[in-house]
Amino acid sequence: MAEFASSGCLFFDELIDEQTNKEFLDDIGHTNIDEVDSVQDFYKNIKATSSIPRIPAGTPLKEAFPKNSPLDKIFKNEVVEGAITSLVGSNTIVDHQFLHITFPTKYFNQANQRQMSQANHQDSTIDPRSTFDVQLFYFPTEVTKEMGGTRYHPGTHLRIVNENAIAKYQNILGQKSIVCKPGTIGIFHSGLWHGAGVNFSENIRYMFKVRLQPTEKQELLWDPEKKYQPLPNRALFWTDETKDQTINDILMRSYPWQEADTNRLDKINVVKFWRLLTGHKKMDVDYWLTRIENELY
Amino acid sequence: MAKRQKVLVLYLKFPSLEAEVISWATFDGTGKKLHMTGDTDTPPYPTGLDALLDGWRLFQASQAIPEHPGEEFRTSYLKHEFFFEKLEEGDF
Repeated sequence: MAEFASSGCLFFDELIDEQTNKEFLDDIGHTNIDEVDSVQDFYKNIKATSSIPRIPAGTPLKEAFPKNSPLDKIFKNEVVEGAITSLVGSNTIVDHQFLHITFPTKYFNQANQRQMSQANHQDSTIDPRSTFDVQLFYFPTEVTKEMGGTRYHPGTHLRIVNENAIAKYQNILGQKSIVCKPGTIGIFHSGLWHGAGVNFSENIRYMFKVRLQPTEKQELLWDPEKKYQPLPNRALFWTDETKDQTINDILMRSYPWQEADTNRLDKINVVKFWRLLTGHKKMDVDYWLTRIENELY
Repeated sequence: MAKRQKVLVLYLKFPSLEAEVISWATFDGTGKKLHMTGDTDTPPYPTGLDALLDGWRLFQASQAIPEHPGEEFRTSYLKHEFFFEKLEEGDF
């Protein structure tokens, strides 16, 4: 949870088994690029023949997918279920889902179209809530570096921006792109900045996404016995480097893209986020909030 | 000979051209190179000053705007934005 609070993302490599990945790919009619005449027809065919249902926004996740379908199996995986329960609770509802398909260079050459990456953005509109949604990503095939897997910027999830208004940042120091084995699951805080890369490989790249919304306060959903206790204050600046790393080191991690001044506000916002996730309203890390909450007038 | 503008946008670690580059974008009006999101993980220059030393002309820098009262801890867009240009002559 500290990793999620700090970076805004979690990854579970090769979590979904080979058989389920195959069932998912068979279900959507995965084929090679030579068989694809147009993006529109490819999507139309998947929508007409696959088991991926139309889910009205606000449908409970438990009722969203046909029983024993590949997606039902994925969401019943105990790690997926545990992560979802920890982040958005056991009564989460579906906002929307989409099968993102990124076509390789060959398709753009045949169609005489310019092949461009997707600009950086934050889904889906300006969102000043303390509550957060999550976006779960499922990669049914291997994603190699040249396939241009989802680009993301760890630690950006608490910056409040207006969707595509961050498109002007072509490159951001510390940017990462997903490279993974088949069956990998990624979970993003809904505020995390991201965008799709360009697929320079020979193969089609798939990413199935579901956005989930909580229906309850996201306080200690990950610790139902309520055992979490914040760590005591530690020395600042004149520190003891021999001490083991603690959860506070994860929470206070800096990211390469952060400005020198705003980096401190980013840390303050992680502490505020951790207060919400733990229910400890006065807890602090490295005195960031205690220092400025000591108002005596 | 025609003239075309190349634009370089640098976002710096703090509001001085000596600061390190943390984000960047390039738009090439000569049409020689198509830049796009995510095309490189390494900044074109270590600092804003290095861009000046390489002949880029600064034409816009972000202002220092005080935080709105009550919103002092709200974080949003990258703050320290600098626009540079180079003019290139050629047959385009």
